[in-house]
Amino acid sequence: MTFSEVKELLIAKFGADVIVDEQSTGLQPALFIKPELIAEVCLELRDNEQTYFDFLSCLTGVDHGVEANKFSVVYHLASIPYKSQLTLKVVKDHDRSQATLPSFLTVTEVWRTAEWHEREAFDLTGIFFEGNPDLRRILLPDDWEGYPLRKDYVAAEEYKGIKIK
Amino acid sequence: MDHINMLSGKTRYSQLTEHLEPEEMIINMGPQHPSTHGVLRLELITDGEIVKEVIPHMGYLHRCFEKHCESLSYQQIIPFVDRMDYLASMNNDHAFVMGVEKMLGIDKDIPKRIEYIRVLVCELNRIGSHLIAIGTYGIDIGAFTPFLWCFRDREHIMNMLEWASGSRMLYNYIWIGGLFYDLPVGFEERCKEFIDYFKPKLKELNELLTDNQIFIDRTAGVGILPLSVAIDYGCSGPMLRGSGLKWDLRRVDEYSVYPELEFEIPVGKGEMGKSGDCWDRYKVRVDEIVQSVHIIEQCLERLQKDLKRSPDFDPRAKLPKKIIPKEQDFYIRAENPKGELGYYFITDGKTEIPKRVKARAPSFNNLSVLQELGRGVLIADLIAILGSIDIVLGEVDR
Repeated sequence: MTFSEVKELLIAKFGADVIVDEQSTGLQPALFIKPELIAEVCLELRDNEQTYFDFLSCLTGVDHGVEANKFSVVYHLASIPYKSQLTLKVVKDHDRSQATLPSFLTVTEVWRTAEWHEREAFDLTGIFFEGNPDLRRILLPDDWEGYPLRKDYVAAEEYKGIKIK
Repeated sequence: MDHINMLSGKTRYSQLTEHLEPEEMIINMGPQHPSTHGVLRLELITDGEIVKEVIPHMGYLHRCFEKHCESLSYQQIIPFVDRMDYLASMNNDHAFVMGVEKMLGIDKDIPKRIEYIRVLVCELNRIGSHLIAIGTYGIDIGAFTPFLWCFRDREHIMNMLEWASGSRMLYNYIWIGGLFYDLPVGFEERCKEFIDYFKPKLKELNELLTDNQIFIDRTAGVGILPLSVAIDYGCSGPMLRGSGLKWDLRRVDEYSVYPELEFEIPVGKGEMGKSGDCWDRYKVRVDEIVQSVHIIEQCLERLQKDLKRSPDFDPRAKLPKKIIPKEQDFYIRAENPKGELGYYFITDGKTEIPKRVKARAPSFNNLSVLQELGRGVLIADLIAILGSIDIVLGEVDR
């Protein structure tokens, strides 16, 4: 199934506003999905016999920088029977205050592998995934402060009394 | 909404570890235990000999790969990429370099000789990586000799790659648009000698370990991974093929010169127990070594005949002066010895430094299935299962 066919399929199923935007520059086009619908869209793409995206290759949390104040999650889907690939994105504005985190819906129910990917995105970029059953830090220590892959992250001076700079 | 205080994982974790039944006990496996293949800590909730729950703790080897990438140019990232899966540095380099070349649009201009050399060194490295997987797996199960034999044979590969690149493990050999150097004079002949030496050794290894009844008893029918679970958990490489699916990105994506080469994709058939058990995953690796040897032979033939070295051949001729890809997102995947290695690039089209690089490590995803496989097995079997996953912590933690 081609990129435009997937787009039509999603519009037919969820209505025209499911696709917020589209990225067509570069070699791999991407669909921007309405954040509230991402889990349903993923489930549909996985179960639909025409698409059958049964393999989640990669899930990435992205901080768009201090001026943009946006956070996004990028999903790289792969279909084993059709040997096709698809990129989905969700974007949300966030003022990067430390009290709350940018929050997205989890896709753990669709692919179990998303659990660790989301934990990693939470750990490093500080994105909260609503509904993830085991959301906690995965690579950094539990008591680490801050999210290192954010563009405004300042490296800590010391960790538990040990100078690290 | 205070997100930090409502972390589901912390609640779940404290429920699991703080409210134990009288017969339950927590046992720590690792991070310094040799059977965890590096610095991985497994927290086991056990009832006698039975493992009820496995909680992996990672990050002891986290070296901020993705953070480093935000301040380095593409060529400078290659040595960092080497250190991810340090047992298969060539394969890591190859995937990364292919991604950048595709973004620059120069992937079709790479001379055939360079492509064949890349595939040759990658397959040599794949054999090296699988030899370690097999050898250390033997040690996990209690067979010491295969380990020594595997390391002895791997040493030849290390010496050859050192000859080509100047380094034993972390090669920095494959560069964007070319290679660090051409192969040294006499490399092809030496490689041919190694292949001739190695083929009978492989047979010996099979007699020693693969068909060993003690080894079969410990691995066959243990840690059965059904195909649907493997796909659900994002397993790839020998893990996925061990469960019976013919899925090899060298054939699916047909990258580099793999379409010109002849090889088969071995899959687990459940010969000794059930399909997808530890023995199947082990056997897939053994069979892949045979296929890699076959690929190397074909590469050597091309490199010694129509793609023969010539005095004016310069492997650095096509190196781009400035590596500034257009503004885009790009995901590249390639078949590493451990599975699907992916890099996700975000570039802004203005600087030589990527905005974001994310590495999708095969070991990371393969390890995540351990929680599922480890439930309800014996502690001794857990070691057999972990060994059959073949993780490299450098890649899990990045």
